[in-house]
Amino acid sequence: MKIIKEKHSLVMRWTHWINFPILGIMIWSGLLIYWANHSYSISIFGFTLFRFFPDSFFTFLHIPYRLAEGMAFHFLFMWFFALNGFFYVLYTLISGEWRQLIPQKNSFTEAWQVILHDLHIRRSLPAQNKYNAAQRIAYTAIILMGFGSLFTGLAIYKPVQFYWICWLCGGYHFARILHFALTIGYVFFFLIHVVQVILAGWRNFSSVISGFEVIETSQKVHGEAGNNSDDPA
Amino acid sequence: MKNQIDEKRDNNAVDKKIKRRSFIAYLTFLTVGLSAFEGWKWLYHAPSETPGVTGRARKPLRAALNKTESFFKQFFSPDHLVKTYPKSWAAKNVRVNSDIGMTDKNFNPENWSLSVLRSDTDVLKISLKELRELPKTEIVFDFKCVEGWDQIQHWGGVKFADFITHFRLEAHTGMAYVGMKTPDGKYFVGLDMESAMHPQTILAYEMNGQPLIPQHGEPLRLIIPVKYGIKNLKRIGTISFSNQRPADYWAMRGYDYYSGL
Repeated sequence: MKIIKEKHSLVMRWTHWINFPILGIMIWSGLLIYWANHSYSISIFGFTLFRFFPDSFFTFLHIPYRLAEGMAFHFLFMWFFALNGFFYVLYTLISGEWRQLIPQKNSFTEAWQVILHDLHIRRSLPAQNKYNAAQRIAYTAIILMGFGSLFTGLAIYKPVQFYWICWLCGGYHFARILHFALTIGYVFFFLIHVVQVILAGWRNFSSVISGFEVIETSQKVHGEAGNNSDDPA
Repeated sequence: MKNQIDEKRDNNAVDKKIKRRSFIAYLTFLTVGLSAFEGWKWLYHAPSETPGVTGRARKPLRAALNKTESFFKQFFSPDHLVKTYPKSWAAKNVRVNSDIGMTDKNFNPENWSLSVLRSDTDVLKISLKELRELPKTEIVFDFKCVEGWDQIQHWGGVKFADFITHFRLEAHTGMAYVGMKTPDGKYFVGLDMESAMHPQTILAYEMNGQPLIPQHGEPLRLIIPVKYGIKNLKRIGTISFSNQRPADYWAMRGYDYYSGL
């Protein structure tokens, strides 16, 4: 028989899907701003490995000469990004859902096993609750990264009025690098996240919209949701 | 037998519940998603503001910039000082980013004097010599361009607040804004009075201990560390005071009017 298993709370689902386009707009408008002085690159011994970004990348995305526009969008959507994130964190703390989210003592060793499993090197998965160890680490990290973006963003935005934030970020120049690096981090997170969601399948994806998963159980076992481990995504 | 019927009824109920909940969830998801997309299209294609003291920004975005400005203005304090550095840290090769307002070939710094508009009909003329006789303030700070670069630079001149006191312009500081213009009127900035009166705002006539060179705004330029470079007007021609926002070159081109740091 079928059983409805509650998985994601309403607040988690709303804030997740609200964050998605807002973060997209923040990254896009951030690029409009960054282009005006696109000076970052990765170099080893004076040899440039990668330039952020090649000119073709900027032209393809229609980025150049839109600094004023970029700032106007960035400084509006920063409010929604901050409020949505603040609301999510507040809810997660009050509801106790943070217990399912933050990494535990053994999460770091287990996460390694999860990675090996996902890469088809290891057969079994460690026992897990709502999120596996790798997810706990990734999803907690992304929240911290969001806070980091706000913090470094404020350091860049008002380096004189919030001089202490700027100081904590290692100065104006370094705050900009951190702010940029965090954005690159989001892009990597997004890529891995999407691949994992696709691998985990429709049922898992659907639960982030509907909030529940349907679980088929054998007829005799009443009301027991089974020990189905949730798919990682 | 009875158990099996019960089970079937349970299964139907669960099926119904699944269907109903999924329907509501997906309908909400699609409706909200589509409205958000429509909202974005509306914002993206929103008409430009009417050109005036500010211009070229989408109407709603300009309104948001102004609102955000008034929020962050609350954190402004004349006690919040920009970080300063030892003189030896200052760049020898000071970056030049613009010559707007300084392209008049007939301009001769020898004949220059600063005009202060005390009223529409009352203009106070001040020579560079008079300014040099006032106490000199030097600052070595990280100059920040709105484009994203920053550079530690060393400037020297008259603190704007000292200038105000010396020329008895205190009454004018009761107004909300200060406007500055190049002699040819092609570059101009508007500053809120609090930022202009900030203790680190100076009318600079020196860079790295030497008189200003033409590309850095000879003979007198504004150095206002609590603002982006775009507000640090070179080659000051006139200074005026008003309660309305004076026109601002970059604010008319879509940038934030306040542009405060």
